[in-house]
Amino acid sequence: MNSSTVRALLVRGMLAGLIAGMLALVTAYFLGEPQIDAAIAYEEAHTHGHEHGPEVVSRSVQSTAGLATGVLVYGVAVGGVASLVFSFALGRVGGFSPRATALLLAGAAFVSVYLVPFLKYPANPPSVGDPASLDKRTALFFLMVVLGVLLAVAATIAGRRLAPRLGNWYATVVAGLGFAAAVGIAYAFLPSLSELPEHFPALLLWRFRLSALAVQLVLWTAYGLTFAHFAQRLLAGPARERETVRDGAAPAAAQV
Amino acid sequence: MAQSIAPPSTGAPTAVPAPLPVKAILPWAVFFGLLTLIALYFVGAEQGATSVFAGTGVHEWVHDGRHLLGFPCH
Ligand SMILES: [Zn+2]
Repeated sequence: MNSSTVRALLVRGMLAGLIAGMLALVTAYFLGEPQIDAAIAYEEAHTHGHEHGPEVVSRSVQSTAGLATGVLVYGVAVGGVASLVFSFALGRVGGFSPRATALLLAGAAFVSVYLVPFLKYPANPPSVGDPASLDKRTALFFLMVVLGVLLAVAATIAGRRLAPRLGNWYATVVAGLGFAAAVGIAYAFLPSLSELPEHFPALLLWRFRLSALAVQLVLWTAYGLTFAHFAQRLLAGPARERETVRDGAAPAAAQV
Repeated sequence: MAQSIAPPSTGAPTAVPAPLPVKAILPWAVFFGLLTLIALYFVGAEQGATSVFAGTGVHEWVHDGRHLLGFPCH
């Protein structure tokens, strides 16, 4: 029965990830694609050995079916993983309902998986970045993702340990400050990248990065809200929730 | 939390659910975690720093997604 609950959560997590991925795709298409087109136009006007080879996939396919493949696979994958983390976090991170746990988790995932790496190694449009340093940039980016996740897990554990002594509020504040300090130290010690071609339009870079941030913000917000809804319905039951609202009291567990 | 509102007669805790046992989560985590690593590798890194397949077809197909999702591309 417990295993089937985990499976039910995983299926709902993947579905929530797909829904969130679709909204992220709309964001990416309308906010991001114009910046990619502009960056490619810049690249073609200033060719200096950036070879993407002969055109294997046309631009019109890249910006539609290709973009959809990438964003939707990403949405379903991270949505599923987040639902498994949720299965573990539920009832273990404090006195939160399924809905609150789902929302908190989505927020923590956005910060640790995306925002922390992004602030050190931000998304770049085509033509920004030296192809010769791709190995190094790839390694640093994934290192930062892993570090963000590990530090978030460590902060959560530390917060739980401190709670009996400091109370929930101050334990959370201290854990959050510790997380920020550790991220700051990582930023200070990891190498910075500055591979912007000379005269690359600053406004284009800014807009591209903002749109990349918007894609992830939409993805995780939509995921958090959608999965929170699914998880609450699955674990607390719609009948129970309605009665809670009506009477201000929880009836006996109406679970499977 | 809401002691003054909720009647004390209900034995069930208001909303805090019991943790799911790790034993029930682990098989799914291993199975889906592996699938995710493979999927994210192909979206985010294949035919960039490392290649499983020759050529640039996979890279070109997911190219725009790779840039906009924040992965280093080229
Ligand atoms: Zn590229």
